[in-house]
Amino acid sequence: MKSKLLKYIITPILGLVICTIIYALKADNGVVADAGNAGLKLPEGFGALTVANIGAKARHLSVTPQGDIYVKLAKPKEGKGIITLHEGSNGKAEITGGFGNYGGTGMYIKDGYMYASSNTEIFRYKLDAQNKVIDQEHPERIIMGLKAGRQHETKSLVLDNEDNIYINIGAPLSACQVQDRGLHSPGIPGCPLLDSAGGIWQFKANKLNQTYKDGVRYATGLRNIVGLDWNQQDNQLFVMQHGRDNLNSSWPELFTTKESAELPAECMYALKKGDDAGWPFMFYNQITHKKIVMPEYGGDGKKEADAKYLEPAAAYPGHMAPNGLLFYTGKMFPEKYRNGAFIAFHGSWNRAPEPQKGYCVVFQPFKNGKPAGDWEVFAEGFAGVDEVKSPSQAQHRPCGLALGIDGSLYVTDDVKGNIYRIIYTKK
Amino acid sequence: MKRILVILLLSVPFCLSAQTKKTAPAAGMAASITRGQKVYLQYCLSCHQLDGGGVPNLNPPLVKTSYVTGDKVRLIKVVLNGFAQNVNIDGESYSNNMPPQNMLKDQEIADVLTYVRNSFSNKGTAITVAQVKAVRAKNKK
Repeated sequence: MKSKLLKYIITPILGLVICTIIYALKADNGVVADAGNAGLKLPEGFGALTVANIGAKARHLSVTPQGDIYVKLAKPKEGKGIITLHEGSNGKAEITGGFGNYGGTGMYIKDGYMYASSNTEIFRYKLDAQNKVIDQEHPERIIMGLKAGRQHETKSLVLDNEDNIYINIGAPLSACQVQDRGLHSPGIPGCPLLDSAGGIWQFKANKLNQTYKDGVRYATGLRNIVGLDWNQQDNQLFVMQHGRDNLNSSWPELFTTKESAELPAECMYALKKGDDAGWPFMFYNQITHKKIVMPEYGGDGKKEADAKYLEPAAAYPGHMAPNGLLFYTGKMFPEKYRNGAFIAFHGSWNRAPEPQKGYCVVFQPFKNGKPAGDWEVFAEGFAGVDEVKSPSQAQHRPCGLALGIDGSLYVTDDVKGNIYRIIYTKK
Repeated sequence: MKRILVILLLSVPFCLSAQTKKTAPAAGMAASITRGQKVYLQYCLSCHQLDGGGVPNLNPPLVKTSYVTGDKVRLIKVVLNGFAQNVNIDGESYSNNMPPQNMLKDQEIADVLTYVRNSFSNKGTAITVAQVKAVRAKNKK
């Protein structure tokens, strides 16, 4: 009798309880992909959802373990340059507020502080135990007076594990020409602007009101960096350079429009203190794997540059505009993605009349903290058109990347302000 | 979309010449537009793009803006002197540097501006060689 009771009543009840627990656990993380994966094309087993649309130019972002999202806007919207959102259990988020009346790009959370940049200053906001900003109106200004031209003016930032912060200060010119982007315009001798721009500067993360004199020019010869991240595996800074434009329009005798569309490479650099990546004196040709003297500084398109300049860690086709870099330290995605790099390519304009390229998120495999193997397109379809002939056709353009506590990959869009979340759905 | 654009671009000079064959100045304008397209493809396309749509945040669009269809002297000066200040069009700011294109001949500038003023949904009167010459003379001072 007892065993029958066990068999016919207790077992099904037990089964039901177990099922309920499993279902409850699943519902606890009830994040499901949107029908059509929010318009994105992804590798098999992945799905995507639009977490929210914030209707503003969303640059870099951070996601907290508690499901709060901080997004830096290129321009403040209604006086708010940082938008906060909170996620529901289905993964969809509502805007909860905003603060910080300054536009910018940089956004990073580390050790109890949220760091954000305008185009000339860096602020930090103390977080409470729930990773919420304690005082939205009174951040600490840690760096001020950084140069910002009319191009490459945004400041990206990341921290190491020793309380140092790394800031990109972009060059205000494309190729340090006497006449920016001019036909046959020569280089400014020595390109003196490199003393205060065209590189990565290192400051202390915990010291107030630092200026250039308090910082260190950590690496130079970098035209403009938007995507950067700290690689925890080999404890090193990695950056993505936006290469120069206009090889054909400035030097039509040396570069065809096709060559000018592909060159120079968009380079990934692994930086150590004192490195010089060579801008504006050389560019990297990813097809021949050679460092080439810039035409503004005596080059003919083939002449090789001084070997002293830093070799890129990896190189990608020209003008794709890498705006986000993230080392994948999550556990949700399959093994091959772990510790590899995701790169958000904002998409090109300087490839015309060739079709434009980029407008996608790329995966770069890594092994032991170094790129290993060919890159591949991971997520595409942001632009909403099969082929982008003209950049204004793109409906969305990927910009910032962030990792969720569950290993989801978040991507911002700085055209219309979509926040995408990419998940692995295969069990 | 691409095909439609190409057909539209190609048909602009035809339409214009078909409509106005009787009057010599209009025929001259059609020829100027055809020549201007070549100049555009060589010197303007890489920034302002095939559809004149420009590049968001960087290179301003040439589609239905007063910079293109309005004051001719200002427009000619943009080509001669370049443009190195932020410009706001329809609430968007554009900040890339345009280098001076003063190496272009008066005829080329007249042609390319006549082309731009009559492409990308724009409709405007021609810019003449005499107008370019006059602005360039004053420009030098």
